[in-house]
Amino acid sequence: MAKQEMREPIETGCPDPFQYMHPVMRKNFGLWKYHEHPRPGVLRHVAYSGDEIWTVKVGTQRILDVYTLRKLCDIGDEYADGYVHFTLRSNIEYMVSDGSRVEPLIKAVEDAGFIVGGTQNSVTMISHTQGWLHCDIPGTDASGVVKSMMDELIDEFKEANMPNRVHITTSCCQINCGGQGDIAINVQHTKPPKINHDLVANVCERPSVVARCPVAAIRPALVNGKPSLEVDEKKCICCGACYPPCPPMQINDAEHSKLAIWVGGNHSNARGKPTFQKLVAAGIPNNPPRWPEATAIVKRILQAYKEGARDWERINEWIERIGWPRFFEQVELPFTKYHIDNWRGARASLNASAHIRF
Amino acid sequence: MAIEKHDTPMLDQLEEGPWPSFISGFKRLRDQHPNERINAVANDLLGQLEHSYETRKGYWKGGTVSVYGYGGGIIPRFSEVGDAFPASKEFHTLRVQPPAGNHYSTKMLRQLADDWEKYGSGLVTFHGQTGNIMFIGADTKSTQHFFDVINDYGWDLGGAGPCVRTAMSCVGAARCEMSCTNEQKAHRLLVNNFTDDVHRPALPYKFKFKVSGCPNDCQNAVERADMAIIGTWRDDMKVDQAEVKNYVQSKGRQYLIDNVVTRCPTNALSLKDDDTLEVNNKDCVRCMHCLNVMPKALHPGDDKGVTILIGGKRTLKIGDLMGTVVVPFKKLESEEDWESLVEMAEEIIDFWAENALEHERCGEMIERIGLVNFLEGIGIEPEPNMVNSPRQSSYVRMDEWDDAAEAWFERQAEAAK
Ligand code: HEM
Ligand code: SF4
Ligand code: SF4
Ligand code: SF4
Ligand code: SF4
Repeated sequence: MAKQEMREPIETGCPDPFQYMHPVMRKNFGLWKYHEHPRPGVLRHVAYSGDEIWTVKVGTQRILDVYTLRKLCDIGDEYADGYVHFTLRSNIEYMVSDGSRVEPLIKAVEDAGFIVGGTQNSVTMISHTQGWLHCDIPGTDASGVVKSMMDELIDEFKEANMPNRVHITTSCCQINCGGQGDIAINVQHTKPPKINHDLVANVCERPSVVARCPVAAIRPALVNGKPSLEVDEKKCICCGACYPPCPPMQINDAEHSKLAIWVGGNHSNARGKPTFQKLVAAGIPNNPPRWPEATAIVKRILQAYKEGARDWERINEWIERIGWPRFFEQVELPFTKYHIDNWRGARASLNASAHIRF
Repeated sequence: MAIEKHDTPMLDQLEEGPWPSFISGFKRLRDQHPNERINAVANDLLGQLEHSYETRKGYWKGGTVSVYGYGGGIIPRFSEVGDAFPASKEFHTLRVQPPAGNHYSTKMLRQLADDWEKYGSGLVTFHGQTGNIMFIGADTKSTQHFFDVINDYGWDLGGAGPCVRTAMSCVGAARCEMSCTNEQKAHRLLVNNFTDDVHRPALPYKFKFKVSGCPNDCQNAVERADMAIIGTWRDDMKVDQAEVKNYVQSKGRQYLIDNVVTRCPTNALSLKDDDTLEVNNKDCVRCMHCLNVMPKALHPGDDKGVTILIGGKRTLKIGDLMGTVVVPFKKLESEEDWESLVEMAEEIIDFWAENALEHERCGEMIERIGLVNFLEGIGIEPEPNMVNSPRQSSYVRMDEWDDAAEAWFERQAEAAK
């Protein structure tokens, strides 16, 4: 198209939310007094003005087709006030200003096949990434893993009977857009990338790949007379960081790209400072379409947490109290040499004391 | 034209079970949508996804696609198996910035859905992990058309690539009594000051703003944002003793002792014999725990502001980093306060853009050069709230100790005025 026909973008950036906000929330902006949790999936916020807003939190498939989106809108128009809010974990929330409208709203949501829950001390929606559906580097799918797990964890989503909230995340490569979670299910590669030398010369900006490797395992090399790369396989930690800038560095492997499970990531400052997640299980098969092995371990961890933790303890706090030896015992997972960190700062994770658990 | 449906025996298994199924949604687009283009796209998308499930491999590759005038905001996706699945062989995602705090009217959602199905696959996610509305699946030409249409009624692309990314903020003041700042104002002032850096990637790497209204940090800002803005307060928390008594009455003394008093990380709470709660506000670190347990009885104080942490990021390249405190407390009340917040962000991004290596996040740069060099670069004086503890290593030159000590006392005297 000729340049003059092109439309100049209007650089408005992030839109003003007040035009899309429930009027009661607009009116009481910054003037909320307290909230209650009358039943799982429902919050009641009360403002200093005496106004109330009731929120019904709803789990969906997250990747919405326009039919599903319109169905959600229909419910919002008929049973709520035509305004919705999405949470960080892609739940949709309906707001009504009158408590008597909550039950009919819940019924409409459930009749349409969506799930009410995810508030407070529940296992809320798993936050998920792109995966095979449309990322260019994934070792697994994301939506399928989440769907399979939520099928099994649906009662924990609906019931709010965990000691505290549980945030689960998934990531389909080791870059981990899924982020930190109380439980994280992430791809873990176990073999160095196989290099497609024919392609490197054409597509790859070699210096930037060399620079990307966290352990300096990649060197420029001549292979069959053509410029390519080589990987020092002893040094390589199989992180896959070279793959996004250089697709010929084929890290994904149907057999050797596994799943690993991490626990204890907690972003809240409540009680303790925020924490990063720690490795607990690896070598789990990447087993579509339903990944039963990964789900089984997640369920064991949740079960032990539910039985063993005190009210308000997040998973990291529970483990800190009972200790790692008991954690591994209770969830029946092996403790191996791979659990001992050797990355920078690793010393801080060693036990420099005579505090021993028996 | 009837389409030949791909067999999807593995994906079909994802239609079982009680949780809503995204696969059923794809099939609705394939089987029920009146637009044949969408039927074909959904069919081939299902086909390619099934192929991924069978072979355990992804088949998308990147490329270069953008809309006129911008360098980022689209995630280009070209299929490596496009011959077998031609209708979805170009399947780009548009990252569109949501309204701050993720509020929508159903009317607006319908308008977006109507336009999206004219140009795209009919699939959309609210939201990606960076916070964008993800309109998943449009070919190169339609990407421009769809953007032109929605841009006309107020929607703009987010960032992709080495640029300022789409920001995020919690629901905060709109519905949460814990809120200590105007999250949406912080969110929009910051990110909209950098629209040029959002749309034309030219920074060392990505830079993210996230805003949480209180230390519960519902946006994971400390862990995920290069610049995290966290609401807090510095005067005394408000205690409604009558509500404390109600709480003791309904839950019992022991419950309150076990779940509130003994769980305070700094032992700042004491339950008196007359069932009143005493708070030692000097020791309280604003962790939020007691407020979370007793939201009716305890509230943030009136002298509100924000704590700013810099440098959070995920694994690549040197490992996960939390943001660390750079501004322990900043008032955000007058227009000058807000302006100075934006100026500080400019200062930080400028310093980082000048000093970072290629592909180095702000936190990684700070790790490499040390917090002190960063603070000096952006003109912020050191103070003890920035550290867990002072240094442990004696291997350091301290030639200018006397000057630094004197400067501290001068700053203290200045602050006391
Ligand atoms: C070709 C490579 C990559 C692709 C296709 C990709 C794709 C994505 C997508 C689609 C999202 C969600 C986006 C949204 O909400 O708009 C995302 C988020 C994210 N990505 Fe990437 N990504 C890539 C590379 C990376 C790299 C190299 C890193 C790490 C340095 C990274 C770290 C993240 C993180 C941490 C998030 C979540 C962010 C947040 O919470 O703000 N990604 N990525
Ligand atoms: S986790 Fe990795 S593979 Fe998955 S969407 Fe993010 S960048 Fe892509
Ligand atoms: S997989 Fe990671 S460690 Fe191995 S060569 Fe690639 S970047 Fe380096
Ligand atoms: S971060 Fe704080 S203010 Fe924001 S929604 Fe969460 S609890 Fe409320
Ligand atoms: S907010 Fe946290 S630190 Fe402050 S008194 Fe309550 S529990 Fe203690």
